[in-house]
Amino acid sequence: MLADLTIKGKAGLLLILAILISLPFWSSSYIISVATITLYLAILGQSWNLMLGFAGLLSLGHALFVGISAYLAAYVFSVLGLPPVISVFPAVLLAILMGMLIGYLGFRFSIGGVYFALLTIAFAELVRISVDHMGFIGGTEGLFLPVSEGDRKGVDLINLRGHPFMFYYLAMVLAFLTLAGCRTLLKSKLGYYWQAIRDDQDAAQALGINVFRYKMYAVIYSSGIAGVAGVFYAFYQNSLFPESVFGIERSIEVTLGPIVGGVGSLFGPVLGAFILTPLGEGLTELIDFLKNSGIIDPKLKLNGLKLLIWGLVVSLIVLFKPRGIWPWLSDKLGFCRTEGD
Amino acid sequence: MAAFLEIENVSKSFRGLKAVSNVSLNVEEGGMVALIGPNGAGKTTLFNLIAGVFPADEGRITLAGNDILGLRPDQICDAGISRTFQLVKPFPDMTVLENVTVGALHGAQNIQEARKAARNNVELLDLANKIHLPAHSLTLPDRKRLEVARALATRPKLLLLDEVMAGLRPTETDEMVAVFKSLNQETGITILLIEHVMRAVMSLSHHVAVLHHGKKISEGTPGHITQDPEVLDCYLGEEEDV
Repeated sequence: MLADLTIKGKAGLLLILAILISLPFWSSSYIISVATITLYLAILGQSWNLMLGFAGLLSLGHALFVGISAYLAAYVFSVLGLPPVISVFPAVLLAILMGMLIGYLGFRFSIGGVYFALLTIAFAELVRISVDHMGFIGGTEGLFLPVSEGDRKGVDLINLRGHPFMFYYLAMVLAFLTLAGCRTLLKSKLGYYWQAIRDDQDAAQALGINVFRYKMYAVIYSSGIAGVAGVFYAFYQNSLFPESVFGIERSIEVTLGPIVGGVGSLFGPVLGAFILTPLGEGLTELIDFLKNSGIIDPKLKLNGLKLLIWGLVVSLIVLFKPRGIWPWLSDKLGFCRTEGD
Repeated sequence: MAAFLEIENVSKSFRGLKAVSNVSLNVEEGGMVALIGPNGAGKTTLFNLIAGVFPADEGRITLAGNDILGLRPDQICDAGISRTFQLVKPFPDMTVLENVTVGALHGAQNIQEARKAARNNVELLDLANKIHLPAHSLTLPDRKRLEVARALATRPKLLLLDEVMAGLRPTETDEMVAVFKSLNQETGITILLIEHVMRAVMSLSHHVAVLHHGKKISEGTPGHITQDPEVLDCYLGEEEDV
């Protein structure tokens, strides 16, 4: 990964790493919780970007892959006590199978572009409504993981029980693994083929690319990464509700980071998550502060304000920097080596 | 001996309109055959039938004795046929080198090998100084060159060229003709080309077939074709007026 970066870029990366690693030692537990969610969304953004940015496949149902994996891992943990370090395998497999099912239907019957996106929404909604009616995993009332008094202390990576710092560092490791993994994929034959299919499917096929197969690979990798994130989410949140896990808002939320940061770029989804999540959280904090200090009426309902501001940011980005902030920023700062080997 | 590419009585209609009607054509291994004819004569449709874009209504197409009709475009490429598109289809957000590398990955062991092969093809088609530019920034003649470089990178036995000289200046046309001639001599690649630029057709092809209204109306050496009254009447004659 370092080979793409200039000296300045390497220095920037080191600085960011130093800040991230040292964060728990000098910030508050609130900041850590925001940073954990930010890293989690960076992973999901990376997963979503793999499909749209690399292979040109628009998913608006990514919450499905996250949620189905989260539910499976949470269920087997609460019923059988199976630790997530084991259940992550069937959970990710289930997410991948879901992805393959959607991919098969979409690609076999040549459902392209926005119609493919509709298919992903349809499946996510189908599962949300189904889970709503499945009593054994809590239905509408939700599924709760057993949490005991000592769970929020210590470090138990096998059962994913421990201090919030553990989750923070785990999210960081997963985010870096995802970034490195996506970079490896992008520079491989798969990456070349995905981009070719994204840019012109007919030309790609004429060059010997089995378009169906390579699109399937994109869905498999993407849903697999989302599945890993799902297991993390389940054990970090300790509670799962069909609406808050599978809802369309969750799927949309996943898309915003990459759109703001830069679809198709490697650092874009990460940057986007680090812009949007703190912005949204900061806004919520600001409103709470203003309410508590009596500057605005405490009874005033401002629930949708975060989404409104996000929508505004996305609109501005699409208008002025349609390729996202990262390509422009890395150009300005001279972080990335322009190709010329 | 059977020909390398054999097209036997192939027909294709679109909503009742016969785009290609009962066309037969043989291309010998190592041959360079030109397909000419007025616009709408069915030349590109015939190419698309060979390349597996859509199935034929009737007829047979074989490559080295193997039936290839009904295969998908990627399977056609696996069989050893590579094509360019008349309306060029570059991968716009990828660089010139990346575009050609996608082609070179067909059959290459790894990325390094593919990039090396791609670099050779880029140089062969005179795009070396644009190697790291995104394809969307190229001019049309350069995009045509990119089409050829990318198709060649798949290491085909048969190359289908659909009007790759259109828009090139006469000296550039001569350069590209020279590239195909030397490739043909060095690697024995078989070439079937659709071309309106008669300068290229005359100097490149061993054999010319003329399509008109979906039918093959004449066939023979370039010298023979230019004397054929029917061809002069429907195609070549017109060009002299222009």
